[in-house]
Amino acid sequence: MGQAIVEVRNLGKRFGEHQVLRSIDLTVEPSQVVVIIGPSGSGKSTFLRCLNGLETAEQGTVRICGHPLVEDGRMIDEAQLNQVRTDVGMVFQAFNLFPHLTVLENITLAPRSLGRLSHRQAEQEARAFLEKVGLTEKAHVYPGTLSGGQKQRVAIARALAMRPQVMMFDEATSALDPELVGEVLQVIKGLAGEGMTMLIVTHEMGFAREVADTVVVMDHGGIVEQGPPGEIFTAPKEARTRGFLQAVLGRT
Amino acid sequence: MALDFTPVWQGLPTLLAGALVTIEVTAASLGLGCFLGLLVGIGRLSPKRRILYGICTAYLTFIRGTPLLVQLFLLFFGLPQFGILLPAFMCGVLGLGIYSGAYVSEIVRGSIQSIDRGQMEAARSLGMPYRMAMRKVILPQAFVRMIPPLGNEFIALIKNSALVSLLTIDDVMHEGEKIISVSYRSLEVYLAIAVIYLVLTSLTTLFLRRTERTLRADGRV
Repeated sequence: MGQAIVEVRNLGKRFGEHQVLRSIDLTVEPSQVVVIIGPSGSGKSTFLRCLNGLETAEQGTVRICGHPLVEDGRMIDEAQLNQVRTDVGMVFQAFNLFPHLTVLENITLAPRSLGRLSHRQAEQEARAFLEKVGLTEKAHVYPGTLSGGQKQRVAIARALAMRPQVMMFDEATSALDPELVGEVLQVIKGLAGEGMTMLIVTHEMGFAREVADTVVVMDHGGIVEQGPPGEIFTAPKEARTRGFLQAVLGRT
Repeated sequence: MALDFTPVWQGLPTLLAGALVTIEVTAASLGLGCFLGLLVGIGRLSPKRRILYGICTAYLTFIRGTPLLVQLFLLFFGLPQFGILLPAFMCGVLGLGIYSGAYVSEIVRGSIQSIDRGQMEAARSLGMPYRMAMRKVILPQAFVRMIPPLGNEFIALIKNSALVSLLTIDDVMHEGEKIISVSYRSLEVYLAIAVIYLVLTSLTTLFLRRTERTLRADGRV
């Protein structure tokens, strides 16, 4: 194995009295797809947001592609943070597309503004990413006219445009109508097939089982257990995992 | 008692010239007000930067807490005591601009804070620094939301500009008073002045409404 893409050691965070994350250890290798599941309020989203500095951790160490993001509980400074963030693509539950820009501009804004690509190169790449998510014909419309599933696919293309080393999905399908979930999951599966390293927080258990190399179960801010999906879904070791799976899968 | 508008008709050229001065004063102070308002509004976004936040808040408190007339007189009659003798027009623009800057700053701050937090998060997670995200993502959206309240502010400014007539600036109000002083036709002349202000404010309202509609029609807001 090469250098780990994401390396988390003893990560901790509290909101006031409430300990939201407790001593989390996790390593994500290149091309690995890690799916994080667990009850709501278990800290999954907060954990993901700590990995690109949207939340600040107070304890532990986070490294992205070897570059420190949190070092012994101390966040790196803004300039370094901006640099590290370009390696981490983030897809949000609420899409967060820029409503004042066209689909194409949404995708090209960051690469152009940060001087990574010329206007023309950025547009060329953006069109390629739009093709990948199946929305070539929507290049010049504003996000307000898109369906939820289309919005999320644009958001994925936008994140990909920074050529990140790892993609993170924070409940990317939770805000979608049921019939639109499939098209987004299809895109994510496609990325997995191409060898993209991914960290996915989701409530879609069938999808987790299908796409994950490793499933991580979280509860009360900590990792309960982790392992290959076959193991976690069929023979979980921990009682809390069994309880959670029974609750979501409706088995008794 | 019969109304006699003859002095108004005779003085119309000077009244209109005064209206032009009113427009100049208002436009210049609106420019200054927007500039100050943007700086102060953004300055008050981050209470953690104590000094900047403190200065901005002090400005806001003083300007909103004292009469505009007093502020204008401080500039016009107060500053000369320090040997700072500004032309009347400049005093008027400075006074009105500083005054409206305070109100604009609250409009700016409110509009920025009304933009969903996810917008900033999405921009930052793409690696954009705070200022870039502010300039390219947050402010363009906030500007559209600023237009209606800024329109109100603009209209208030047109009306408030009548006070600069007390600084010897020949705006429509001052020209009108000059006509009154020789014709003694107060009611007629003040009515004429009122109509001129009404035309100015109505045209502004119309223009703003159209601007807003154009922006919304794009489906961008």
